[in-house]
Amino acid sequence: MTTSLSPSLATRPAGAGPTGSHRPTPPGMVRASLLIAEREILAQVRTKSFLISTAVLLGAVLVSIVLGAVFADRAGSDGTDIAVVPSVSSTLEDVDGLDLVDADDEAAAVQLVRDGDVVAAVLPDEGSPLGIRVVALDSTPTELVASLAVAPEVELLDPSDTDEGLRYLVSFGFGLVFLMSATGFGSTIAQNTVTEKQTRIVELLLAAAPARALLAGKILGNSALAFGQTAAIAAVSVVGLVVTGQEDLLAVLGAPLVWFVVFFVVGFVLLASLFAASASLVSRVEDVGSVMSPVMMLTMIPYFMVVFFNDNLTVLKVMSYVPFSAPVGMPVRLFLGEAQWWEPLVSLGLLAVTTVAVIALGARIYERSVLRMGPRVKWSEALRGS
Amino acid sequence: MLKIEGVSRSFGDRLVLDDVGFTVERGRLTGFVGGNGAGKTTTMRIILGVLAADAGHVTMDGAELGPDQRRTFGYMPEERGLYPKMRTVEQIAYLARLHGFDRADATTRARELLDRLGLSERADEPVENLSLGNQQRAQIAAALVHDPEVLILDEPFSGLDPLAVDVVVGVLSEYAARGVPVLFSSHQLDVVERLCDDLVIIADGQIRAAGPREQLRDDFGRTRYEILSTGDIGWLRDTRGVEVVDFDGGYALFEVADAEAAHAVLRDALDRAPVTAFGPVRPTLAEIFRGVVVDAPAEKVTR
Repeated sequence: MTTSLSPSLATRPAGAGPTGSHRPTPPGMVRASLLIAEREILAQVRTKSFLISTAVLLGAVLVSIVLGAVFADRAGSDGTDIAVVPSVSSTLEDVDGLDLVDADDEAAAVQLVRDGDVVAAVLPDEGSPLGIRVVALDSTPTELVASLAVAPEVELLDPSDTDEGLRYLVSFGFGLVFLMSATGFGSTIAQNTVTEKQTRIVELLLAAAPARALLAGKILGNSALAFGQTAAIAAVSVVGLVVTGQEDLLAVLGAPLVWFVVFFVVGFVLLASLFAASASLVSRVEDVGSVMSPVMMLTMIPYFMVVFFNDNLTVLKVMSYVPFSAPVGMPVRLFLGEAQWWEPLVSLGLLAVTTVAVIALGARIYERSVLRMGPRVKWSEALRGS
Repeated sequence: MLKIEGVSRSFGDRLVLDDVGFTVERGRLTGFVGGNGAGKTTTMRIILGVLAADAGHVTMDGAELGPDQRRTFGYMPEERGLYPKMRTVEQIAYLARLHGFDRADATTRARELLDRLGLSERADEPVENLSLGNQQRAQIAAALVHDPEVLILDEPFSGLDPLAVDVVVGVLSEYAARGVPVLFSSHQLDVVERLCDDLVIIADGQIRAAGPREQLRDDFGRTRYEILSTGDIGWLRDTRGVEVVDFDGGYALFEVADAEAAHAVLRDALDRAPVTAFGPVRPTLAEIFRGVVVDAPAEKVTR
């Protein structure tokens, strides 16, 4: 049988060395998972598309923060018009950055505010320790209040809990970042799962490591990437806010931002196992789309909910406890100052428990369908058993 | 010795493996041949534990195979699969690491093996950049990198040029020589004929023949002889008990009932004219295959 061999090949020892003696012990579940996670991360980080999309995402966040600062500045420069009645004008004359508009009396000053000619009116107030009060139309004139150093009593004629534009922007931001990261990395997991199945490399991998390690590594690797990206976004936001001098906004946004990252990590693991389990049902990359739609819906719903209902506190409250939408809902509520200190903890606990349950379910589906080639495996079949 | 016993498997209502049983001996290359859809791949996947059998056992040296033991197998799946975008050497090393080798050791092994298979120059390129034949070599490296104790290769030679076939055969023979049972499937019968020591023929999910190649040739070959005479040999066609298969002037290929009848023919021929060549003609694997698979009445029943 070996007659056709060249002598050098026949006499040389095999590249893989002799059998038996020094066979290493196969890695345990944890090490195998880490190895697989490492590969997932390296494979991602080395692709141009990942680097570009991350850069674009971070750039977009930075731009929106800078734009926010520009708009705020413009609003600020418009808003330095302050109506004053003669009795307080002297006390405000020394304050920088305020254009004083003299009004004859309180009624006239308030009318100026109502007409939108000025951002606020400063009126005398005997009951206040400062001796003045501020009247504004629909939002607290932060610049004015800040420049008055000691916060006086603020009276809003048309009270709103938080600056509406800002609330929308922040809700939208949380929703969008969650949507983009979750669908982005979720799709990556789905793609990789099906690619492994389609190329049958999964058979080689399963010859070396258990299916659960494969799934765990996949989730771990992509979650780490998603966490990294989200943390980078949070970091860029913080730096951006500081650089553009919006520390006051940062003070309100800081804690929700941290919570968002924490919720995101757990929430992503939840979605990741669903993405992997769903993808394992089909054998060809072309079929991923159809099988992914339920999970995609789950991923997109929080985004649309928070965009449409960010002024509906009841919907937000429900969202902040439903595990799939909590990563968006709870940070938004925290930002709005609507949540008690213990609420994020409870919600996080709920999310964590759900995640563990879903992972168990996902692993079951994955294990049973990842080696089944051919037509799409039904959910019920995958759950019932082989 | 790897032993497959009474393995059956259906997909839905279709019985794809029906009481399949054969052995893969240590130190021998065992060829696994059969037509498309005969059940080769299904059998291999069951041996690997990638697919569960409905019935039957797969044992190694008498012990039922478990996941730990299967992990020491080297496997080359029918549909080639490696990560398309991953560099070849990294990929092979990654598989070795999954089998427990540390990073440095795994990389050394991967490089050596790729070198061995003539792929060292392309080792740092992504798999998708390799030609089909080179991807095939990479796939073989993937099956071998963890120093397997059993080798199961599905169509390892398809797409390889003759030189590459020789290289791969060399590597496989070495493994076999070390006592590793090697099972490979192929439908290139000429390649199998040249390479394998033992042969398993499967058709319609049933084993039709199994055993050492030469023995199968004896068992399944009809007694055919050829004779070359300096004179005309036309008289042979009228001889009783002789069926002439091929005839051309002084040459004839004929079938007889036994060796005795053939010797009678030789004596006859020598009486008439000098004989320059005479001898038995052993059937080629392709002929055995046809005889076993096509001509044998399919006794498959629908269950």
